[in-house]
Amino acid sequence: MTRDDIQSIVLNIIAEIAPDEDLSDVAPNVRLRDQLDLDSMDFLDIVMELRKQHGIEVPESDYQELASLDSCANYLEPKFAALQGSN
Amino acid sequence: MNQAKSKPKKDHYDVVIIGAGMSGMAAAIRLAHFGKDVCLLERHNAVGGLNSFYSIGGRKYDVGLHALTNYVPPGVKGTPLVKILRQLRIARDELDLNPQRCSRIAFPGVDLKFSNDFTLLESEILREFPDQADGLQTLLRKIREWDDNQLDYPDVSAREIVGECLSNPDLVEMLFCPLMFYGNAREHDMEFGQYVILFKSLFFEGFARPFDGIRVMLRVVRNKLKESGVERCMKLGVKLIQAEQGRVAALELDNGRVITADKVISCAGWPETLSLCSDVETKENPSNVGRLSFVETINILQRQPREFGLEDTIVFFNDAERFEFARPDELVDVRSGVICIPNNYDYSEGRQLEEGIIRFTAQANFEKWNSLNEEDYVDQKSWWFKALGESACKFLPIDSFDVIQQQTMVTDMFTPKTVKKFTGRLAGAVYGSPIKNKPGKTHLENLYICGTDQGFLGIVGAMLSGITIANLYGLRGD
Repeated sequence: MTRDDIQSIVLNIIAEIAPDEDLSDVAPNVRLRDQLDLDSMDFLDIVMELRKQHGIEVPESDYQELASLDSCANYLEPKFAALQGSN
Repeated sequence: MNQAKSKPKKDHYDVVIIGAGMSGMAAAIRLAHFGKDVCLLERHNAVGGLNSFYSIGGRKYDVGLHALTNYVPPGVKGTPLVKILRQLRIARDELDLNPQRCSRIAFPGVDLKFSNDFTLLESEILREFPDQADGLQTLLRKIREWDDNQLDYPDVSAREIVGECLSNPDLVEMLFCPLMFYGNAREHDMEFGQYVILFKSLFFEGFARPFDGIRVMLRVVRNKLKESGVERCMKLGVKLIQAEQGRVAALELDNGRVITADKVISCAGWPETLSLCSDVETKENPSNVGRLSFVETINILQRQPREFGLEDTIVFFNDAERFEFARPDELVDVRSGVICIPNNYDYSEGRQLEEGIIRFTAQANFEKWNSLNEEDYVDQKSWWFKALGESACKFLPIDSFDVIQQQTMVTDMFTPKTVKKFTGRLAGAVYGSPIKNKPGKTHLENLYICGTDQGFLGIVGAMLSGITIANLYGLRGD
């Protein structure tokens, strides 16, 4: 699972949660909140969909790690790797 | 009892939801979507709770819906409507929301028109009450600054705060009137937090209606329940919530089954839910029951209301010297009320409701209606039907109620007694308890309240309440 794969997983989840957002031009190094209209309910959904679709657990204390696409990749990369390793 | 054959399918669930009202269904969808095993119990044979419909003589009548409040056009973000669509994965088009044309607050000698564009109301106020311009800006600032995402805001009097901003009592009452009729559970005054929620949902946001009324929303929500895997049990209520050591130990159902759940969320109302609990002593005489209820009359007309000059979507009227929002001494208080004309929404693609519809709503006294014998009940209904129509028509551009009656093909009417019968809300209290339970918690650790009694209002508000409680206690920190 590459960083690009992880970022597109997150973007796909956002597209599902917020179909009214334009995701064609999301800068990976800028906070998602600053470029998209996402609130805490939406972030909860990103976390819940990660669990539902990919079996990834994000504890509440780590929610801020999902601030931007880059930070998502940093944070989720080892988690996806661990998941693949265990399969 | 043959357990294998009776509902529900299992003996234990992650979450049991009491009531298939809008909030209960929204909570169930959220929880099941994220993998919870959810059972939704509804005592009535139809979903929707206070927002349902019924059929008589081949016609379908909406119960609660005059207007869906909180309407914003596509592209507006961050408002309750957008939140519920996202959280329930509903595409906006599915709801077929058509905006209102124009509504009105009508008091003796003064009219304030409003639409889904707030600047209209603002300019109307400035025209009628020019000396209130500064006060209005102060009030609007306080409304905008109020943080309505906070779950436990302080209970401060709206009358006090609005009175500090506006010095003209007529304007104060004209603004209170629609807000109270569309969601206030308290007599005479309301919490400022509720005032803000309602002000935003009616005036900053606005009114819309699906062409086919509430059943469009119910159909969408029912499909979501199915898709997400909620087990829905109709005509099956909870008889007793067995409490042990501060927790819900089990639920005894109307059919004799006993089931268990990790968590229980109820949208049956706060006092109504408490009166189901085995450890609550005031079961027979619960406190915090709302005193406000309504009658509504429905006139089905052979022509479009616009053909005889009725252009308004909704009219909030008051004929009393001072607007009063309280349980009336008589069966009905016809001095003030709401007129709703569902034909007067701006339906897309030039659609037009086949028949004309006019609904009149007014405050009513539950105890009085409830104590009538069958014969008197029928007589009183027809007497007040006419009295309400006559009073309301003074605020319409027609000579009298006769004009409407001459066009009328069919009528119907419901009273506080009808509301109680079909929703289980004590005293037919449409807007629930005067004291809201904003955190949604109860004396039992795993029993939560959602819906009107949690302090969100209207259809969108109810659904947001269910979502909020599901997120907070069902999904987060799990």
